[in-house]
Amino acid sequence: MQRLSEAAVKQINEICDRHANDKTPLMMILSDIQKEYGYVPVDVQEIVSEKTGISVAEIYGVVTFYSFFSLKPKGKYIIGCCLGTACYVKGAQQIIDKFSEILGIAPGETTEDGLFTIDALRCIGACGIAPAVTINGTVYPKMEVSQVPKVIEEYRSKEA
Amino acid sequence: MSLINIKIEGIPYQVESGITILEAARQCGYDIPSLCTFNHGQCSQGSCRVCLVEATGARGLVASCVYPVAEGMEIRISSPKAVKARRTSVELILSNHNKNCQQCAKNGNCELLHVAKLTGARENAFTGTKTPTTYDEVTPSIIRDTSKCILCGRCVARCQEAHGNGILGFENRGFSTIVGPAGNRSFADSPCLLCGQCVSVCPTGALMEKSEITKIDEAMAAGKHVIVQTAPAVRASLGEEFGMKVGTPVTGKMVAALKRLGFDKVYDTNFGADLTIMEEANELLARIKNGGTLPMITSCSPGWVNYAEYYYGDCVDHLSSCKSPHEMEGAILKSYYAEKNGIDPKDIFVVSIMPCTAKKYEKERPALTTNGLKDVDVVLTTRELGNLIKRSGINFAKLPDEEFDQDLVGTYTGAGVIFGVTGGVMEAALRTAYFALEGKEYGPVNFTEVRGFDGIKEATFVLAGKEIKIAVAHGMKNAKPIMDDIRAGKSPYTFIEIMCCPGGCINGGGQSYVRPALLPNEELDILDTYMAKRAAALYSEDERQTLRQSHNNPQIQQLYAEYLGEPNSHKAHELLHTTYVKDRVRFK
Repeated sequence: MQRLSEAAVKQINEICDRHANDKTPLMMILSDIQKEYGYVPVDVQEIVSEKTGISVAEIYGVVTFYSFFSLKPKGKYIIGCCLGTACYVKGAQQIIDKFSEILGIAPGETTEDGLFTIDALRCIGACGIAPAVTINGTVYPKMEVSQVPKVIEEYRSKEA
Repeated sequence: MSLINIKIEGIPYQVESGITILEAARQCGYDIPSLCTFNHGQCSQGSCRVCLVEATGARGLVASCVYPVAEGMEIRISSPKAVKARRTSVELILSNHNKNCQQCAKNGNCELLHVAKLTGARENAFTGTKTPTTYDEVTPSIIRDTSKCILCGRCVARCQEAHGNGILGFENRGFSTIVGPAGNRSFADSPCLLCGQCVSVCPTGALMEKSEITKIDEAMAAGKHVIVQTAPAVRASLGEEFGMKVGTPVTGKMVAALKRLGFDKVYDTNFGADLTIMEEANELLARIKNGGTLPMITSCSPGWVNYAEYYYGDCVDHLSSCKSPHEMEGAILKSYYAEKNGIDPKDIFVVSIMPCTAKKYEKERPALTTNGLKDVDVVLTTRELGNLIKRSGINFAKLPDEEFDQDLVGTYTGAGVIFGVTGGVMEAALRTAYFALEGKEYGPVNFTEVRGFDGIKEATFVLAGKEIKIAVAHGMKNAKPIMDDIRAGKSPYTFIEIMCCPGGCINGGGQSYVRPALLPNEELDILDTYMAKRAAALYSEDERQTLRQSHNNPQIQQLYAEYLGEPNSHKAHELLHTTYVKDRVRFK
């Protein structure tokens, strides 16, 4: 618990209080924490456990069940590569491999500078524009391997 | 409750409405192969599909553990379709199972192996990738081997039911799903109490105690003076290891077996329990007299001590500073006994037979030593003792009844015997406290108010004109509200007994497995009655004793007169008392 700052503990307590009257508050609490902090580490889960009376084991189970939640900080830009059936047959594997190659990280990992995370997604429901990639909500339709370096550069230049 | 008409294999029966097909079938004399022996043929998940049957009114086959019976339902257990489906279900579970059954310590008690045999599951019917294995053997108590886990969730449910805020849960999803403490940590790095309740319910070898039998072999081979002591609860369960009815008291045969296993001395931990009462009752009276920390709480149960340290570190001053009985006995064996017999304490090797997995950890606590030597060297569970006896070719049922060694630390009273059941420590302490305060024995002997299996028991006694309110709790779920009150400074009690396992030591995590599927000679409701049956074995042994109060144990009196002086004397404190940790980290 001492690993978290006092301010962070206070804020997590506030998030828990927000949903104190919900019948099943856990998903909402975790979702708010994920949105505000970008991840839900075990020491945060401990605080949620104390506030809600739900065991850390159960909270950890929920966090690791849904891919929306993350145990480690995610990058500023989350590259979601759809690997659903339609995207896959249209070459999505090559797209995600290219992202991995350029950024030097495997799917699910985050670059050292904290800028990019690659997520392998199952069908995102955009089969008409396969293979599809999303970056923080922006959709890149009919991606091609040759476009990948340009897309990454686009975000890097924003940070420069 | 209304009755309805069903047919099983074409034969009409009347059963209660609302129960599952599995339970109805059991009542009618059919054992559908299943992994649902956990709770009256009810399963919260219905995911293993081992108990599939045909039932009219249902589409396809139904899982009998979750599907309720209905009026006019016709059930087929033996139809070729159902038989084949059940076999396939088991084969699918086996496809992700580490099938080294000969080396598995659960062999003989494994429910998966049992249903595999019943359904005729074929070896390696399905092969393929297996979920990566976690093998955790860090703690001295429990081994978790996920290669044996079938994800039934019984351990998760038991941990939560017993202790409220359980530490086990499902993690990840799909093929990567495993059961373990958060983050797939070792039990050592999580706030696990090491009570072993999860081990008791695990149908396979995924959760096991860590065996220490070979350490005894080594000590005997090295020519040590090996002394064994047995906890009270063991005698109420050991018979089950040899096919006897649940709750058969086997004290005499147990002693006879131990004497044939090469131990130099066979003592009863009840002597240690009597000693504990002398120290604990006097500690309580001193706290009352001197305005010490109250309520005082018992400290015999290492699972409970773990819980207190993990969750109520600010309240550990409320725990009695007394070591647990087997640790006291070990300390006395390596001091008083050693001196009297002219043996170097370094050459004494103390083995405790306990109903408990947490005791394996307890003996490793740094504060439980005497002159730099561990008070107890090895702890075996009731089940391990069963294995040791079987290994040695002893026919347990044919053994005569024999007596514990009686010299120096051999006598015991009925008060020591009842330590093994919830309320027992309290009752034993009350018998001695009553004598100390009133100057005479409590007439009826028994304090029946503290008996039984209610989660929290309360009573008020007037001792020496003073009202004393006491409470007894078992299972940490029941300890929590009591501890919250103490923390808030509003606890009404003077003395509290807390035991970690529901029911106390008779239901400890090291006791014989109660597996209805493997106990065809027990009643259907054995899971509801086994605790009471084992408790009855202890209470009846108490009744048979001529001495029933710890302070009347002649060798205890002699020990104080010759060696310790008074209860809670300086020497007694050195040997028999311990300390607790206030700031134990829950998640490392």
